[in-house]
Amino acid sequence: MYFLEHRAKLIDVAAFLDRLDRTSGEDEGDFREAAFRQAIEILGDGATHRAKRILLLLSDHTDEMPQSAEGMKGAAGAFLGPTESGSGVSS
Amino acid sequence: MRYIDPHIHMVSRTTDDYVRMAQAGCVAVTEPAFWAGFDRSSAQGFYDYFRQLTEYEPRRAAQFGIQHFTWLCINPKEADDPGFAREVVALIPEFLEKHNVLGIGEIGLNKNTKNELIILEEQIALAEKYNQLILVHTPHLEDKLKGTRLIMDAITASSIDPGRVLIDHVEEHTVGEVLDRGFWAGMTLYPDTKCTPQRAADIIEMYGSERIWMNSAGDWGCSDPLAVPKARLELARRGHTTGMIDQVTFGNPQQFLQQSERFKLAVPAE
Repeated sequence: MYFLEHRAKLIDVAAFLDRLDRTSGEDEGDFREAAFRQAIEILGDGATHRAKRILLLLSDHTDEMPQSAEGMKGAAGAFLGPTESGSGVSS
Repeated sequence: MRYIDPHIHMVSRTTDDYVRMAQAGCVAVTEPAFWAGFDRSSAQGFYDYFRQLTEYEPRRAAQFGIQHFTWLCINPKEADDPGFAREVVALIPEFLEKHNVLGIGEIGLNKNTKNELIILEEQIALAEKYNQLILVHTPHLEDKLKGTRLIMDAITASSIDPGRVLIDHVEEHTVGEVLDRGFWAGMTLYPDTKCTPQRAADIIEMYGSERIWMNSAGDWGCSDPLAVPKARLELARRGHTTGMIDQVTFGNPQQFLQQSERFKLAVPAE
């Protein structure tokens, strides 16, 4: 009963990827795009709990804690990885 | 049909929203103290906000037959400066005696910093000292998993019974751990981040309808104060019983909240 609704969302994702293809490459190597493409692989791997596995893929799994949020940007939706200083910023 | 929206920021909503919520069957709301989209520059700003939550907002809600309850704290977004945060925390005990205050919330973490954790622990201690319920905010997006675990660890290190703590904004990757550790879980129905009504229904189908509620967390951002009745509709559309739908949108919030002696509903039983 959700086919049309999710057909539209699927086409949105396809159009988003097409849009990325048309860019000049300024975002090439963006960690969020890489994570997004990894997440798409989960959609087609045939295993269940896709939503949970995608959320885990996009999560910060480090134990590091910066002292303060001073100067940190907002959440990015995907994890960049720990910084050299070990502060583990997310964008 | 009756429901409770146990997490909504009515100070950010218009009176029209109260009207529409009442028309949709809302009988009570609980409003946690939060970041209003702009940092306050003094503790006095929080003092005024706490007065708004405990004096003005209950009167505005009552005009439409909605009971208004609240939670007080300094939110994690504004708690990164421990000195400033302590000035705000020192104001809270005076307000804990107000008629509509249910506990401490929404406390938690925002960027998972050590400073935020220090103030979180101090507010957990405040709840412990005054025997208050706790409503927890968990971070959004990539910070949520780590933040949720840090928060649960901090609460577990206190003497507070996890059954008196609601961990909010759970999603598919956190709900299982929250329930397994004995906490209550809240699903926030929010258009861009957090859950949709459809995903909330999925989570109930996968994890059960015990110790779980749903809320709109309607605020100043893109949010929907009618998200809870929309989720009720989604559950009904899937063939769930009226009893189960009533449980997750009325009975469960009532069961958790009435652990506070101040939560007394004036609603006749259906």
